[in-house]
Amino acid sequence: MATLRLSTPLRPYVEGKAELTLDGDTVADTMRSLTEQYPTLRAHLFNSQGELRPFVHLFINNEDIRHLQGLDTPVHPEDRLMLVPSIAGG
Amino acid sequence: MLPELSHAEIMRYSRHLLIPEVSLEGQRKLKAASVLLVGTGGLGSPVALYLAAAGIGRIGIVDYDVVDESNLQRQVIHGSSQVGQLKVDSARQRMLDVNPHIQVETYNEAFTSENAMRIARGYDLIIDGTDNFPTRYLVNDVCVLLGIPNVYGSIFRFEGQVSVFDARRGPCYRCLFPEPPPPGMVPSCAEGGVLGILPGTVGTLQATEAIKLILGIGQPLIGKLLLYDALDLSFQYVKLRKNPKCKICGPNPEVTELIDYEAFCGVPGHDHDESSAGVGWDIEPQDLAERLSHGIPVHLIDVREPNEAEISHIPGAELIPLGQLPERMAALNSADDVVLFCRSGSRSTRALQLLVSAGFRKVKNLRGGINAWVREVDPTQPVY
Repeated sequence: MATLRLSTPLRPYVEGKAELTLDGDTVADTMRSLTEQYPTLRAHLFNSQGELRPFVHLFINNEDIRHLQGLDTPVHPEDRLMLVPSIAGG
Repeated sequence: MLPELSHAEIMRYSRHLLIPEVSLEGQRKLKAASVLLVGTGGLGSPVALYLAAAGIGRIGIVDYDVVDESNLQRQVIHGSSQVGQLKVDSARQRMLDVNPHIQVETYNEAFTSENAMRIARGYDLIIDGTDNFPTRYLVNDVCVLLGIPNVYGSIFRFEGQVSVFDARRGPCYRCLFPEPPPPGMVPSCAEGGVLGILPGTVGTLQATEAIKLILGIGQPLIGKLLLYDALDLSFQYVKLRKNPKCKICGPNPEVTELIDYEAFCGVPGHDHDESSAGVGWDIEPQDLAERLSHGIPVHLIDVREPNEAEISHIPGAELIPLGQLPERMAALNSADDVVLFCRSGSRSTRALQLLVSAGFRKVKNLRGGINAWVREVDPTQPVY
């Protein structure tokens, strides 16, 4: 099971948790497992075409999935995923 | 030609001069440097103090706001005796007290597409200490168009992001975030709160990066985003790459001059406390008080968080935090007269939009939130 870390603005949608463990062989699988568990998160991460929204980044082992194979990027149990939306406070 | 240092300056900067990587030449580089700081709030406070102390020769500060009591929990450059003063004046006074050998230019105006180039031209780099998306995109585009680095920092509650965007050597802010979130999706500090010490950490990191860039030492955070979480004191780095489709720094740029950033982001370019949306759906605090005193049934819904409801409340209100509203909406009766409120009116406007799009028509937004209610109806409770 891979570990997912969520940035603060997304935590209210996952009962305040900072980290979760997720099943899945690809990023798409892990995200499906995540949004099935926490349906209100889906609209914050994906548009109606199922694409990751442009103000949210998903990193796998510190690499942006957009620079790998996107949602088809393979996930291994020891991988660390991180969801990072843009924030603007100052 | 780098400027010379006076004897007084040499004495002042002796701890810098002792470091081989800085030495006299580095200190003269700092004196020759000019840095523009946009925003003198949470992030801007430590940045301004440390850049002044370090001896940056010319520092420009941009802010349109005045010092407010609620700023002092984090904006450490300002003090209680400066409440009501222009932030740029208060900051300048403090910076020159820290270091009278520097020059501080003040710009008491919002940083906008109209004035940004006039203000920024001539500075070596910009530090982004703003608090909203439109100004962040503006700062980025100004830096790309002028070919100077943008030292970026951003905060939310316990978490900060830091990077150096220099389109000549790496990605820019638009490469990372091509589009802003829709209005209301990411709360501002005024809505979501922020741990007061957080901008201290993040702003100090921005000041560190600025000084490294000027001295030309170490590894700047170009092509990397630092994610700081105060709760577990973790610092994580992720790799950033230039986006070949970037609209401003890509090979075929669409943005070749400054645009309308408020339209681009769909929100005002500063951290409005009061809601201006939902006009026609508003109810005044006095009108609500009158309805309640006449026993007219109203379903009052408080969309704040439970910790806020401990600070102030309106009797009879049901607490449904905004994040829970979509799933709890089914339990509401659209035939009831519903009045929504939050702290100052922003979250309740979004709640109103949610209910209206779900078919509710008899729904109102308490204008100015519970803070307006406290000021105008029930002054026994605190404003926060």
